[in-house]
Amino acid sequence: MASDKSKLGFYLLLAPLLLWLVMLIILPHVGLFAVSISEKVGIREYETGFGNYAVFFNEPLYWRTFARTAFMSILTTVLTLLLGFPIAYYIAKLTRGRTKTTLFLMCMIPFWVSELVRTYGWMILLRETGVLSNALQYAGVINGPVEFLYNDAAIMVGLVYTSILFMIVPLVTTLDSLDDSMIEAGYDLGGNGLTILREIVIPHAMPGIVSGCIVVFMLSLGNYLTPILLGGKDSLWFTGMIYSQFITRFNWELGSAFGFLLLGLSSAVVYLGLKFSGQSLSSTMGR
Amino acid sequence: METRLIPTTMLIAALSATSASADTLRLLTWGGYAPEEVIAMFEAETGHTVEVTTSNNEEMIAKLRATNGGGFDLAQPSQDRITSAQEEFGIYKPIDMTRIDAAQFIPSMLTATAANTTFDGEVYGLPHVWGTSGLVVNTAQAGDVTDYTDLCDASVAGKVSYRLKRPTLIGFGYAMGLDPFAAYSDTDAYQAILDQVEAKLTECKANVKTYWDGGDEIKSLLRSGEVVASMAWDTGGWQLNADDPDITFVAPASGALGWIDTFVLPARGRADDAAYDWINFAMRPDIAAMITNTAGNFTAAVGGDAGVSADLKARYQASFDQAAIDNIKWYPPVPAGLEALEGATLDRINAAN
Repeated sequence: MASDKSKLGFYLLLAPLLLWLVMLIILPHVGLFAVSISEKVGIREYETGFGNYAVFFNEPLYWRTFARTAFMSILTTVLTLLLGFPIAYYIAKLTRGRTKTTLFLMCMIPFWVSELVRTYGWMILLRETGVLSNALQYAGVINGPVEFLYNDAAIMVGLVYTSILFMIVPLVTTLDSLDDSMIEAGYDLGGNGLTILREIVIPHAMPGIVSGCIVVFMLSLGNYLTPILLGGKDSLWFTGMIYSQFITRFNWELGSAFGFLLLGLSSAVVYLGLKFSGQSLSSTMGR
Repeated sequence: METRLIPTTMLIAALSATSASADTLRLLTWGGYAPEEVIAMFEAETGHTVEVTTSNNEEMIAKLRATNGGGFDLAQPSQDRITSAQEEFGIYKPIDMTRIDAAQFIPSMLTATAANTTFDGEVYGLPHVWGTSGLVVNTAQAGDVTDYTDLCDASVAGKVSYRLKRPTLIGFGYAMGLDPFAAYSDTDAYQAILDQVEAKLTECKANVKTYWDGGDEIKSLLRSGEVVASMAWDTGGWQLNADDPDITFVAPASGALGWIDTFVLPARGRADDAAYDWINFAMRPDIAAMITNTAGNFTAAVGGDAGVSADLKARYQASFDQAAIDNIKWYPPVPAGLEALEGATLDRINAAN
């Protein structure tokens, strides 16, 4: 009796999680996959086949966009790591008490407004008649107005800014757990700053680095607003292609196939990243 | 038990009785087509409540497709996008002409729209608001821009914007001396036109500052002077003209592109009574004038221009003389499947360097 009751309790507790997984994640994916393997042959006529996936591989435009999106997302991840690591190290190791909380809070404040507002903020700063262009003209650095918006660098700035918090948080957590005496011992044993960073700090922070990188990469790859708004006419981003297939072309079949390819790509990149860094998903995300 | 049941059934009966006379109208429309004051007047007069969702042509069709025509009771896509969507997705239901006060509509527009939105012998659309796409130009800085292809001129390099959507393809087609509408029914001929336009727009890409997406975006680009010549809607040009007399709408030499936004009933709409009430209400001359004053475009209502502000009329007349009006290219219904060709072309232009 008692075991039956506890089993019932277990299943009841499990039910919300299962419902969530099945109804909001698994079922929509099954539906999306079903749409992606139906090829349109005529008005209201569909056949089952992998034609939509073939379209992707036969049209260079699509896989180039795909490759570009992946490459720029990886670049974003690297830049975010390079920028985020010193900040996280400073917060975790070089500050104490209230300063630490304040700095941490300051990293978070921009995320209290929506991504759209943040992106518009960047547009106000970077546009031809914007703050940066005017300030540089006032300072005499440039003679005429300069357009900083609508190029790849602007997309990069936006993406790094959008995702840096998600790099800093896991890094601060892992660096916090590094005992200061380890670093002291490193110096005592004759190490310099560089060797200590390489031999002690980075190996210890590795799970945080990897989980931060995974999150940032996923966020950039799946971002829609930032590349489209900041990139302007050169904003070729794979999520934008999925949007246009679904909304402006009424081509749900191709859009669904693109969606699955994006899922496959991101999984593959994360898998490779874990392999190369020698980490496992449970050791990074499971902490 | 029984004493409890009776009040409940009575309550249900009472609720259903009120909902038969006063419904919630879920209106899927464009920005400006359902001004607050018009909604307030309608709610006071009929007892219905109105929920407005603003959208655009593609999103309206996509939304209705996702629900098989549910979720809204009245929608307002352009007249050329109705038959193909009906043919492919079956998201609308026919209009019951007996419930419409036909005398409120300008007869020529009512017949033309009915003809363009007839599918399988049934009429699906009623005309509401009409307007054009053409050029919005800062005449002080880009006075030479008189046709779409002038946007590719070196004199306006880097200060041009247009949408990367089908009207741009069609406008450039006409400006290049081609006739896209005549080729609608011939896929090969249309593809040939698209290829020429693609080459032109790819070459023109260096001139473009950015492709605009929303009406507010292009207005802010023109107002700040970052863009001096663009392909845009007439209302945008007239609104900017109110702030800066240099900027205005110019009807292109090859003809402005004319659209008519309609009333259609989504297939699974639940409040047809309220929808018909709204149509008859919105087409009253006084209400039509109020809608014109906020949306900036004229309506298909008889006498609807009487109450329109004098400023707007003056701007309209400055942009359109009789020849320009006669030269408007009205969108014919888009055959199903044409958007796929255009989509591939637009994708290639977007990817070109």
